[in-house]
Amino acid sequence: MNILVCISKTPDTTSKISFKSENKEYNPDGISFIMNPYDEWYALVRAIELVEQNGGNVTTITVGDASNDMIIRKGLAIGANDAIRIDINPKEPFEAAFQIAEASKQKPYDLILLGKETIDYNGSILGSILAELLHLPFISFATKLELSGKTFTVTREIEGGEEICQVEGPCVISAAKGMAEQRIPNMKGIMTSKSKPLNVMAPVAYQNKVEVLTFTLPGEKKGVKMLSPDQMDELVALLHEEAKVI
Amino acid sequence: MSVLVFIETTNGTIKKSGLEAMYFGNLIAAQKNTSCHAVLFGNADKANILGKYGAKSVFYIDYSKGFDTGIYTEGVLSAAATVGADIIIIAHTFNGKSFAGSVAARWNAGIVTSVNALPNFDNGITVTKSVFSGKAVATYRINTTKAVLTLAGNSIQIQESGSEVTPQKLDWTPSEPKVKVLERKTSEGLVPLPEAELVVSAGRGMKGPENWGIVEELAKALQATTACSRPVADTGWRPHHEHVGQTGVAIKPNLYIAIGISGAIQHLAGVNNSKTIVVINKDPEAPFFKAADYGVVGDLFEVVPKLTEAVKKFKSSQ
Ligand SMILES: Cc1cc2nc3c(=O)[nH]c(=O)nc-3n(C[C@H](O)[C@H](O)[C@H](O)COP(=O)(O)OP(=O)(O)OC[C@H]3O[C@@H](n4cnc5c(N)ncnc54)[C@H](O)[C@@H]3O)c2cc1C
Repeated sequence: MNILVCISKTPDTTSKISFKSENKEYNPDGISFIMNPYDEWYALVRAIELVEQNGGNVTTITVGDASNDMIIRKGLAIGANDAIRIDINPKEPFEAAFQIAEASKQKPYDLILLGKETIDYNGSILGSILAELLHLPFISFATKLELSGKTFTVTREIEGGEEICQVEGPCVISAAKGMAEQRIPNMKGIMTSKSKPLNVMAPVAYQNKVEVLTFTLPGEKKGVKMLSPDQMDELVALLHEEAKVI
Repeated sequence: MSVLVFIETTNGTIKKSGLEAMYFGNLIAAQKNTSCHAVLFGNADKANILGKYGAKSVFYIDYSKGFDTGIYTEGVLSAAATVGADIIIIAHTFNGKSFAGSVAARWNAGIVTSVNALPNFDNGITVTKSVFSGKAVATYRINTTKAVLTLAGNSIQIQESGSEVTPQKLDWTPSEPKVKVLERKTSEGLVPLPEAELVVSAGRGMKGPENWGIVEELAKALQATTACSRPVADTGWRPHHEHVGQTGVAIKPNLYIAIGISGAIQHLAGVNNSKTIVVINKDPEAPFFKAADYGVVGDLFEVVPKLTEAVKKFKSSQ
């Protein structure tokens, strides 16, 4: 089976955020970037496991400039067979989904996997846009993914619980925590990743639907009001009268 | 030109996130001097109240086979065509964010998810959302005439502003879903975490699962939902769906009480949009105090029962 896994880079959560070009653009200088954890730990690893069990090929796909090559090589080191990079920095999830859809029309896949969201913008819509553009069924927030024949059985997260559903491939599935265990690339993986194919493709023309006008940093918190363990009646009164939350 | 709101229901009951979306749609319709309509799947017995939150008409789709992105996309767009909508509002719930993208793609519309305030229509459609784990706010402009917005939970205060309407059946027949829902398991009775207004959360400072009684007591007294930090869920002390933070659920309650949680950045990423944060920790240097509105330095095994007593006293005096 051929599996396509969408991977992207995100700033590490602990990194300090700043902006440039009059607060119109995110400033990547001095930021350490990682592969989006949902893409790496769950989607990519589960794809590799499915191919280990059933045979086939795992291709990763990334929309972005050459600064993504570092995380793409990491994906190959973890065990993807080859990689595609579409050479444009997308301005919105729709654009990324559009480019991936165009690229994957050239070679059909049995399954497209991706993380449930990226940890920077938390949009969580790329998967459903992609599925719609490719006319494929979509299942989101999958914490478990099993395959028998052409049928995928998926456990997905919902508010306060879970749902078990079934779908015939090909389909698009977004991965949440639980789908697989993180894999650390070993020395052999790192060595072979250097010779695995990374195909850089030119983007297809796209008219942006949405653009970022500005970024603003939220105002500082007022500062914390400290109370002693003996002032719990006072705390409740503050929550009622000052904060007005109870 | 009108606004259509997708309303999510569980067994016919309308979720709070749905009422928020309805009222949000109503305010947008007022801004644009147009009308606001609602569409839902399945049982519409309790849907009359949508009128009170601004729905001029309510459509239901006779369908109860469970959530499928394709069916929901088609159904909502069929309703959009019926009412001539150019804006679709969907609450940012698990299912909402699972099909909003498909709606936008099929409609060829711009989409922004997890919007946290009313749009501005002076120059295109501009909306704001919280990004980078709550460390910044981004303002977006949508350049298409049609737009899909998902609304972050607890972003607006709902108010009754109209009178009940009788739901009518949408003239559209769903096909067979491609995704078959076999089973659905939810913890009954409790307000699900993403919708909770009051949350009591505890971490590794609890020492072990056997000590959670005091957390549950406090939650019960407040009628709050319980949550936990990641290591607590990872070690199986608490169920996985209680895990909040960067890799768990992101929440935005009115009140978040953090008990024995250090306040690691990955934890804060999921909770720092809460309106009011109370931190109880024995370590005065715990990073969580920097993100708190109210802090108590002390042993949680002493502080939490005292707080529970104080809450009970307050409730009985109300
Ligand atoms: C990529 C990544 C993603 C992550 N995602 C998440 C996430 O989504 N959510 C999350 O929560 N974490 C996440 N983490 C883990 C995070 O970094 C912290 O390790 C975790 O949040 C710590 O949990 P804790 O506060 O319960 O435990 P600890 O850090 O061990 O804190 C326990 C606290 O309890 C206090 N305490 C102990 N005893 C008492 C007592 N008797 N009375 C009062 N206070 C007491 C201590 O002073 C301490 O502050 C992530 C980490 C990584 C690397």
